[in-house]
Amino acid sequence: MTALLEVDGLDVRHGLLQAVRQVSFEVAEGETLALVGANGAGKTTLLRAIAGAHRPAGGRISFEGHDITSLAAHRRVKRGIALVPEGRRLFPNLTVEENLRVSNAARRSGAWTVDAVLEAFPLLQSLRHKRAASLSGGEQQATAIGRALMTNPRLLLLDEVSLGLAPVVVEAVYRSLGALIEGGATIVLVEQDLARAMGVADRVVCMLEGRIVLEGPRGGLTREQVTEAYFGLRRGATA
Amino acid sequence: MSAVAADMPETRVQRWTPLSVAFTGGLAGLVVLLAFAPVVLGENSQNNLIQLYFLVIMAMMWNALAGYGGLVSVGQQGFIGIGAYAAVFLSVQHSLNPYLSMLLATFIGGAVAIPVAAVVLWLRAGAFAIATWVVAEAFAILVSLDPNPAIGGGTGTSALLPFNIRYTPQQRLHYTYWAALGAVAVLLLLLFVLLRSRLGGSLQAIRDDEEAAASVGVRVLLGKGILFVVAGAGSAAAGTIILAWQLSILPLGPDSIFGVNWTAKMIFMVLVGGLGTFEGPIIGAVALYVLQTYGPNNGVWYFVLLGGIAIGFALLLPRGIWGTIQERFNVQLLPVGYRLRTVSNGKGTT
Amino acid sequence: MTWVNAVVHGILLGGVYALLASGLALMFGVMRIINLAHGSLALIGAYMAFLFTEHVHVSTYLALAAVLPGALVVGYVLQRTMLERSLRAGQLVPLLTTFGLLIVIANLLQYFFSPDVHSLDEGSIGTASWRVSSSLSIPWFDVLTFAVAVVVLGGLQLVLRFTQLGRELRATAEDADTAELVGINARSVYARATAIAVATAALAGVFYGMRSSFDPNAGAAQLLYAFEAVVIGGIGSLWGTLGGGIVLGVAQAVGAQINPEYFALSGHLVFLAVLVARTAMQAGGIRLTLRGVA
Repeated sequence: MTALLEVDGLDVRHGLLQAVRQVSFEVAEGETLALVGANGAGKTTLLRAIAGAHRPAGGRISFEGHDITSLAAHRRVKRGIALVPEGRRLFPNLTVEENLRVSNAARRSGAWTVDAVLEAFPLLQSLRHKRAASLSGGEQQATAIGRALMTNPRLLLLDEVSLGLAPVVVEAVYRSLGALIEGGATIVLVEQDLARAMGVADRVVCMLEGRIVLEGPRGGLTREQVTEAYFGLRRGATA
Repeated sequence: MSAVAADMPETRVQRWTPLSVAFTGGLAGLVVLLAFAPVVLGENSQNNLIQLYFLVIMAMMWNALAGYGGLVSVGQQGFIGIGAYAAVFLSVQHSLNPYLSMLLATFIGGAVAIPVAAVVLWLRAGAFAIATWVVAEAFAILVSLDPNPAIGGGTGTSALLPFNIRYTPQQRLHYTYWAALGAVAVLLLLLFVLLRSRLGGSLQAIRDDEEAAASVGVRVLLGKGILFVVAGAGSAAAGTIILAWQLSILPLGPDSIFGVNWTAKMIFMVLVGGLGTFEGPIIGAVALYVLQTYGPNNGVWYFVLLGGIAIGFALLLPRGIWGTIQERFNVQLLPVGYRLRTVSNGKGTT
Repeated sequence: MTWVNAVVHGILLGGVYALLASGLALMFGVMRIINLAHGSLALIGAYMAFLFTEHVHVSTYLALAAVLPGALVVGYVLQRTMLERSLRAGQLVPLLTTFGLLIVIANLLQYFFSPDVHSLDEGSIGTASWRVSSSLSIPWFDVLTFAVAVVVLGGLQLVLRFTQLGRELRATAEDADTAELVGINARSVYARATAIAVATAALAGVFYGMRSSFDPNAGAAQLLYAFEAVVIGGIGSLWGTLGGGIVLGVAQAVGAQINPEYFALSGHLVFLAVLVARTAMQAGGIRLTLRGVA
């Protein structure tokens, strides 16, 4: 059975910098993949390239068996890929509800509606008509995830959802994520917090300076292995 | 870690390349050669060259503002008009030598640019463009309302008298030619020196990233202000040359000295030649001159072609003729930039 | 003509400017595009209405039914061809290309319609006016124009607030990159915004043509006034455009009352004064803040 997402030999430049080098991996349906690595390792650029915000310089991206490498970002949303960007990136002067409904044009059929999102994230219920700029970090994160869910995606990309949030809030966010994962969602999750990442993921991919330096199922990797790969302590010895 | 340092090639900063030395020398030689034109060439050619010269000045000034300062002005015609009218005023009202009036008018143009800069320089791109246009319109209306007979109000005025009582038409042609050539040379030199100075580096920084430049201490407003004043003076100089050349001027109407058509020509020249390059405006002025001389005689189609070509360049060849050449072949004829040359050292590879 | 008359006329004139400026404000607010050809596009609207009524003898208002859909198409195509590419080429480029377009349109209009003035028939309203008092008389047509301006601006606000297109427009204006990532087709959004903007321009042009006579070069002058209205009212605010238009109109009317030749000049001077005051307030505000901190 072909994987839901296949990335093959991807090269992505970020300005003059080569941010992603020859990256190849697959994500099967229903799987949760954690993408870890230090700052600047290329994780965000990779995720944005999959979502269509960056045109790769080389390589291929396939989704549901189709080549989407040159497909525009908004069309990928219609195909079923949704990104929760790093830093949330809500539309500040739109209300929570407007942020949720803004992606209506690319909506696919599915269970997620405004009401369903508000039920999944009860803290948003009283904030429906509040401007996104006036929300707290945790509320914004919930809204951003909800906004991505509104298109009923088959593949959810989450970029650093714990960034800048208090531990209690992160806890709540990951609880909601847990519910999503249990529901069978396919998720690629970029996360700097190793413990959290390894806690929810089926597989872990570690990146360093644009390359994949370690890959394996959660159970098959020790924390030491991942930490070493993360910091590049065994450079020269990686495949 | 020390291994890394040893791998770095030794570099030298170079400003003049053999090509640019040759070209700059050639350009200086050309100016000297052109100075002999009144002796060698006929009346028609001299008239044509004068036109070319003031077009070059306008293109240089607009390019200085937009290409080096990022300031798109739709109001330089205001300074063109000020230059012309100041020259008329000084020579008619105060009976000064017309060429002296032209020189003074250039400085007056620069001086007027200072308070204008104080009003408009703080504005962002769109508002700046509109504000410069409004200022030019205001100047035009003020001039048209001026009751002073030397200014002539809405019906315009002429510099015929101050020239005629001193010079024969042929002398006027010669002296105007030399004044125009001199103005081009001086302004070219001025811009060249400015761009090679610290100001040039600051302007490059501002163009790349204004906020970052300001945060490392680049005096953004001062840099832009200097450009604006120079452009004001230069545009005024062009205006005085137009006055000396066509003698009569009008403040309002389609052929007005304050007309926005001048900006249309400036935009054309700079877009076609190459925005932000030093050599570009000269090429653009030549292109416009060719269009003017050999293009449609009918005013309407001339401007349609002008606008159409400008749009075409903006969309298809945004770097202009020279900008594209410069990018393709990494050539720079006039050394206003810096080049990094690697010098291979004895050890290891570069 | 008394001062009260002048002020009232100025306010109503503000409606004309606001109507023309509404499209400008929309394009600048959403796309940061300064469309210097906006006045010229309005003028095309007037000329098209003129052509239509010449061949099909209906009232000018009915001609709008033909002109407006055409304008929507023109705006859409303009965005997808010229303006989209201009935006991609750089921040300054739309200024340059739309200026080129202004020149091209003005001269093409001159070729096809001659430099003579034309005007549109305002129908049964004609020059009827409401005599409020012995010194104040308000032309019905001017009131109609003002009302149309309010309706258009209000309509635009409603679209922005309550429709899906409006949500997409606002989102794209705030963050075009993220908008694409949530499924918004930014290019389609921009094209529809430009279509609406050009349609409002054509509408403004037709009303302008009914109010006064027009010639091929009128585009530039009206454009300048419309821009002054937008800048005075505050770039990015739709209702501000109405306020700006009114300020400009009153300034012009009062100036004309002093001396008819001061009409445009007084508008320009007020425009510059507002800019200076605003900059001074911003600078003063910064200084005040610094003083509070230091």
